[in-house]
Parts: sequence; C-alpha cells; structure tokens
Amino acid sequence: MTRYFVKRLAGAIPTLFVIITAAFFLIRAAPGGPFDQEQRLPPEILANLESAYGLDLPVWAQYGRYLTALAHGDFGPSFKYKDFTVTELIGQGFPVTLELGVIALVLALGLGIPLGTFAALRHNSAADYATMAFAVIGIAIPSFVVLPFLGLFFGIYLHWLPVAGWEPGSIRHLVLPVIALCLPPLAYIARMTRGSMLELMRSPFIRTAFAKGLPLSVVIRRHALRPALVPVAGYLAPAVAAIMTGSLVVETIAGLPGIGRYLVQGALNRDYTLVMGMVIIYSTLLIVMGLLVDLLYAWLDPRIRFGH
Amino acid sequence: MKALHRLRANPGATYALGIIVILTLGALIGPLFNPNDIATLDWAHVAAGPALAGAHWFGTDRLGRDLFVRTLEGTRMSLGVGLTASAISLGVGVAYGAIAGYVGGRLDQLMMRFVEVLSGLPLIFFVIFLTVVFGRSPYLLFLTIGAVGWLTMARIVRGQTLSIRQREYIEAAIASGAGTLRIIVKHVVPNLWGVVIVYATLTIPQIILFESFLSFLGLGVQEPHSSLGTLIAEGAGEMEAAPWILLVPGSVLAILLLCLNIVGDGLRDALDVKER
Repeated sequence: MTRYFVKRLAGAIPTLFVIITAAFFLIRAAPGGPFDQEQRLPPEILANLESAYGLDLPVWAQYGRYLTALAHGDFGPSFKYKDFTVTELIGQGFPVTLELGVIALVLALGLGIPLGTFAALRHNSAADYATMAFAVIGIAIPSFVVLPFLGLFFGIYLHWLPVAGWEPGSIRHLVLPVIALCLPPLAYIARMTRGSMLELMRSPFIRTAFAKGLPLSVVIRRHALRPALVPVAGYLAPAVAAIMTGSLVVETIAGLPGIGRYLVQGALNRDYTLVMGMVIIYSTLLIVMGLLVDLLYAWLDPRIRFGH
Repeated sequence: MKALHRLRANPGATYALGIIVILTLGALIGPLFNPNDIATLDWAHVAAGPALAGAHWFGTDRLGRDLFVRTLEGTRMSLGVGLTASAISLGVGVAYGAIAGYVGGRLDQLMMRFVEVLSGLPLIFFVIFLTVVFGRSPYLLFLTIGAVGWLTMARIVRGQTLSIRQREYIEAAIASGAGTLRIIVKHVVPNLWGVVIVYATLTIPQIILFESFLSFLGLGVQEPHSSLGTLIAEGAGEMEAAPWILLVPGSVLAILLLCLNIVGDGLRDALDVKER
C-alpha cells in the first residue's frame, strides 16, 4: 500500500513537469508579448523592460531560469500587475476561490449522496422521478446560465441577496455563486448514488442484512453506503475539475476577487508568469485530488487494499 | 427498430426530440421570416423590450441589434459547432478505440495509457492556450473542442471492441484470410453503432456547453457573429436594465442542452448500453 502511494507520488512529479514545460513553451509561442499596448513603447524602453524581466534571453535560457526560480518556490513577478509578484496575486485570491470551491464540493457531496440514496429507496415513486428530473436539469444547465438567472430572480426582483460583489467574511455574497457552482456536481452525484444504491439493494448481502431483522437505517449506514460510494469517489477528481472550471466564470459573473479571472486574463495579456502560476496551482490541486481518490477507494473497498 | 420503438414509448425523450427539431428548424429558416439581420443597428430602438407586435419580437440589445435574429444565429452557431466537433471526436474516438481494442497487447496498453494521461490533465487550460496562441477562428474552435471530446469515446469504443473481438464472425473473418484493417473497418466498426450513437448524442450537449463556455469567456465566436455563449455574456452585464438580453439566449441554451441530454439518456435506455 505505502509503496503504491510512493510510486504514485513519484509519478506525479514528471506529469507536473510535462505540464509546466508544455504550458511554458505554448504561451511563449503565442504572438505578441506582455508589453504590447495600444501605444507602442519606444524601442529603448521596450529593450530595457525586456532585459529587466529576462525576456531578451533565448527561450531555453528563460525556461532554465524559470525552473530554477520555481525550484526555490519563486513564481516570478507578474508582467501586467506591476509591483506584484505572482505569489502575492495568487496568495490574495486563492483563499476566496478555495472557500467557494470547498463549500461547493461539501454541499455537492453532503446533499447529493442523501438525495441519491433517498431516491433509490423510493424507487419509481414521485419523489424518485422528481429527484431524477432535478438531476437532469442540474447536469444539463451550465453555471454561467444558472448564476445570472438566480441573480435576476433573487437579487434584482426579490432583493434578497446581492447580485454580485464581495465583502470579506460575508456569507450572503457567497450564496448564489455557491449554488451555481455546486449544482452540476450535486446533480451528478445524486444520480450516481441512486444508480449504485439501486444495484446494491438487490445484492445478497443486503438481503441477508434485512433477513437478520436489521432496520432500514442500519442496513443503509452499516452495509450499503460504503460500497455504494465507490463510483462517487471515482467522480471526485472530475468534480473538482468541474468546480475549478466553473469558478472561472462564476467568479467573473459574481465579481468575486478569486484567482479564476487570472487564467484567461493572464493568457490574453501574455502575462507569462501569472498564467504559469495558475497552471501549476490548478494541476497540483488536480493531481493531489487524484491521490486522495485512490486513498478513498482503498478505504471504501477493502478488496483494493489487498492487492488488486 | 425495436430501439426506436422503445424511444418513442418514452414521452419525455419524444417531446425533447420535437423541441430540438423545432429549435434547429427555427435556427435554420427562422431568420427568413424576420426582416432584421444580425449586425444592423436600430438606433430608434436601443435596448427595447420584447414586443411580439413590433419590429423586434424578442427586443434589441444595447446597440439596437435585433435579439430574435441574433439568438437564432447564435443557436445555429452553437448547433453547428456542436455537430462538427462531435463528428470530429466521433471519428477520432472510434478509429482510436477500435484499433487499440482490436490489436490489443502492447499497442493497446500504450494507446490507452496515452488517453489516461490526457484525461488526467486539465484540458480546459490547453484549449484556452490553443485559442490564445492560434487566434480565434471558428475552424480552430471545432478542432480544439473536437480534440478534447474524443477521449471518452475512445475508451468506450475500446471496451466494446474487446468483447466484439471474441465473437465467432471475427474468427471466421480471420480464418478466411481478411487483414487486420479490413476486419476493423468491415466487421468491428459496423457493430459498434449502438454505443457510438448513444455517446455521440451525449457528446453533443457537452460540446455545445463547452463552446458556449469558451464564447462566454470571450475565447470563442467573435463579433458581429454570435453564439449563445457570447449572447449570455452580453446579457449578464445588462441584466439589471434589460433582463431579456440575458433571458432569451439563456433560456434557449438551457432548453437546448436539457433536451439533448434527455434524448441522449433516452437513447441509452432504449439501446440498453452499459456505461463503461
């Protein structure tokens, strides 16, 4: 078991390295540079700027310098947000994005699993159909449609919640973005849980548990839930990826000061270091999530722990 | 045939299919019945509300452009991108999965490892990168989105091919001296159609969603052309003063995606395709 994880962890480093390298050369292959503006800079100033940031060096040398700095934990200065380092920018925005994402993920799991279980237990009832209808809607309709619609209804017509904006520590500002962000994974998790729960309820060991006279709640909690959650655990990494990409638009619409906007803006502005920083943060998160999923698998299904 | 019958017995899927047909026809021929075009500015009616009796059925946007025509054009663009990119991902995915599954062994391992690595990467980043690097042309949009969509298809086709490979008719083909390529093209691929149709139907809404996501971010379709994504982005900025600019394209996209998903799910049930 331990050996397996050490191996996986060691395998993650080359993956990250490939991602960093590919992103580095791709963004530099893009036409234009970080100092292109409406008004062209005088060539002397441009040359000074480029040498100050090391952009006059050949790309390979820049790559070497970037990797060396990165190995020391330095993401470099931002090209567009002057006087800010990438570490500062991400350090300011990341807590907001993280808060939003974690709440959305917790809600998606915390509501999706009970909802799916409930629907499976009431198979073919009105409640089951309602849950599945909700799931189809949640999966189909993207967050960048849901959020403005919610804002229109709850913000502009009802005046219950702010449409956009952010105040530190304010929960009211997070309600609508969180709902929009967690809806697709919530719906997906509910549908998956229902599916695997339905299948499990027909399996012999559940029938045995009922035959012993155990009440339904005990059968669910002690016997059915853990194996039913195996597919849900497999969906965790895609769920995190979905929440990450969702936060790109949700933060923009809701005007939250997270890091979501930096990726697209940074790429459009050719803010090389900022884009690289974002790619590294997001890829690392995804890779760590993948490892966590494997741990979860082993906990949920003991057969995986012993060999295959 | 039996599958079609079963699909028709599913009222939700039948209605959804009807709505898709109406939306598609509307997107194709609807503009013919409306005198406005996508780029004309009507300064007398800037951000005018919807009026079924007036010149602008769904109102106009901030620049006085007719929202009815723009929404239909956006729908056509979204459907076009969805279908083209799905076709690309279908072609690549079927070829890739069938070869990996049929040839098997080392090649299979290598090819599927590649798919695994790619699906582990945050592909949205690479699509964003590609659109930034190569500029924003609609053809590139098709290609990049199609390039992302084929992974699931390849995995599913491979799984199906593995079981087809065991059948007697494949053995018979090998015994009668057919080459590998001929067997894949003539015997494996034609027997994949059930799975392929189901996953193609489920890929289309995903791709439409992805395209509108990119357009929403300003990385997809460019002015004066519109896709549902760009229209929603525009509307989201104006929703306080002119909510219809958001509501019209937003509802169309929501309905379209919902119906496509319902039809896809219905087909999956009708053809009884197992996931994975």
